[in-house]
Amino acid sequence: MEAETIRERKGFRKSLEPTLKELKFTLKRVKQSPLSIAGLVIVIFFVVIAVLSPYIAPSPAGWRDRYMIPRDGFTPTPRPPSPQHPFGTTQGQYDIYYGCIWGTRTAFRVGLTVVTGILIVGVILGSISGYYGGVIDEIIMRTTDIFYAIPGLVLAMALVVAFGPSIDSVIRALVIVGWPTYARMIRAETMRIRNEDFIEAAKAIGASDFRIIARHILPNAIYPVLIMASMDTGSMVLTAAALSFLGLGAPVGYADWGQMIAMSRNWIIGMPGHPYIYWYTFIIPGVFIFVFVLGWNLLGDAFRDILDPMIRRR
Amino acid sequence: MGVKEYTIRRIILLPIVLIGVTLLIFAIMQFFSPVERASLYVRNPREFEHIDAIIKKHHLNDPLPIQYINWLSGVLRGNLGWSKSVNMPVSQAILTFFPATFELVIFSIPLIIIIGILLGIISAVYRDTIVDHTTRSLAIMGWSLPTFWSAIILLSIFYGGLGIFPPGRLSPAMEAVIHSPSFMRYTGLNIVDGILNGRWDVVADAFSHIILPDLNLTLVIVALPMRIMRSSMLEALGKEYIIAARAKGLSNRVVIYKHAMRNALIPLVTIAGTLTAGLITGVVITETVFDYHGLGYWAANAATQLDIPAVLGFALFVGIIYVLTNLTVDILYAYIDPRIRY
Repeated sequence: MEAETIRERKGFRKSLEPTLKELKFTLKRVKQSPLSIAGLVIVIFFVVIAVLSPYIAPSPAGWRDRYMIPRDGFTPTPRPPSPQHPFGTTQGQYDIYYGCIWGTRTAFRVGLTVVTGILIVGVILGSISGYYGGVIDEIIMRTTDIFYAIPGLVLAMALVVAFGPSIDSVIRALVIVGWPTYARMIRAETMRIRNEDFIEAAKAIGASDFRIIARHILPNAIYPVLIMASMDTGSMVLTAAALSFLGLGAPVGYADWGQMIAMSRNWIIGMPGHPYIYWYTFIIPGVFIFVFVLGWNLLGDAFRDILDPMIRRR
Repeated sequence: MGVKEYTIRRIILLPIVLIGVTLLIFAIMQFFSPVERASLYVRNPREFEHIDAIIKKHHLNDPLPIQYINWLSGVLRGNLGWSKSVNMPVSQAILTFFPATFELVIFSIPLIIIIGILLGIISAVYRDTIVDHTTRSLAIMGWSLPTFWSAIILLSIFYGGLGIFPPGRLSPAMEAVIHSPSFMRYTGLNIVDGILNGRWDVVADAFSHIILPDLNLTLVIVALPMRIMRSSMLEALGKEYIIAARAKGLSNRVVIYKHAMRNALIPLVTIAGTLTAGLITGVVITETVFDYHGLGYWAANAATQLDIPAVLGFALFVGIIYVLTNLTVDILYAYIDPRIRY
């Protein structure tokens, strides 16, 4: 019994070998590129902010929902940065510093949930489509065609309206919009691997379809898709922020960068004679979104080069 | 398969894709209850008393296939429901707002493509130098820029700070001019109509409103053609005919612009689809920030007011345009590059 599990584990490790090898190669390439190191540093910086948010931006005692930004009064006019409010307050006296810090958690939650959701749906449908082929393949692929026919943001907008505006609706909508790309990638990889000799061998010893897909095909197919997913984290957060900005995502006062910029919209042209007097209301949350997305994209750009068979291994 | 058969096959498949798009929109509609969907047809509050009659009349409680056929036959006759946010039928709203968006996009496309091509060439020619690193970094930055944020910053600097390039589509005075009986609305495009009417003040005013949104669209999209151009230019520059051209003693300029660039331009056609999608997305957000009343402004505004028929009608309209663009591009590409056959 014990010997059995050990052998099982060894087999599992072996099945992961191609992925591990690729991972090592990727890390080597990342180390060689200054831009991707910058990206990595930015992403780690935000991870630290997200983890430490209860300490660097503590909620007031007895605060019920930590993701709701505390208010200091109710007057509409924003107030500039002060010791009490390091980034100032935005319309309705919401503290910008608190919103930006906790918004980091919202961004990670949205980005990672969406990407995980897309991966799960894409991997399941893509591997089924590529492995079985035939009618199933045709149905799944024609479905992806239909989803491709409407640009992402527009389809997401329609879905969010259908689900009722909220952050969770945004997440769900982005998963629905994003899965076809991944299903297609996994399908293509699966079809390539399906015809390899070791799959024939696995079939010959009587392995089940599920086992072949999970143990033999996916470990060989998943790598480019994982890379792609990490690149998409930034763009998903960007789209979610846009939806929040349009008023379809987080409710007013929620720690969400896009929503905070939406709150600043009445203050972008300042006052006569002082055009930039309210700069902090939109510049600061915007910098957070921009740098966050930039970090992921810098990382992704390096990954793209690594994956490109035309220029890799040189 | 020859180019002709390929073209015919793609055109035959077109209705199938379009039916798929209508099915998707119809599926989203099913998230709403019959009563909610019935309210799409209500135009004054008194009609709510007869909501059951409306549900019955429009078959909103019937089996799905019957509902779909009823809805589709309505759509084919141009009946997309009532947009409550602008108080007009959705089809009329699309016709009303389309020229504004068309005018915005038509000026940004050449900007995006020309700047993208130039940056891509520069980046490739000076590969791995400081010029290349700078252009590429700027491209990644542009790509990471939230469209709404760059729009706000542009508005803050140029309108708030410098007092030029106001938001909106026309200033009130010019708005009055174009609505006066003596001004003929030939196309709905302010700039074209201004020229045709000889009203250069309208043309200048329309331009001053269009510059910032166009600049914003360019800023966030230009990285796309640039990236493709750079990699296809790099590929072209590595080809043997380039070495041959150089060996013949041709100048660097001729080699780059006549030999390499012409071949490198071909793959650019393939991004036309992605570019269209980027423009549509960009337009929704840019128009909203700049208060530019076009299709995107209407759709975004409708979404916040839960004006369902408007959002779905917009999605359907955009989907059709997008599918047609992709079809044209694919066929065009098959003609340009004879190596491509599916």
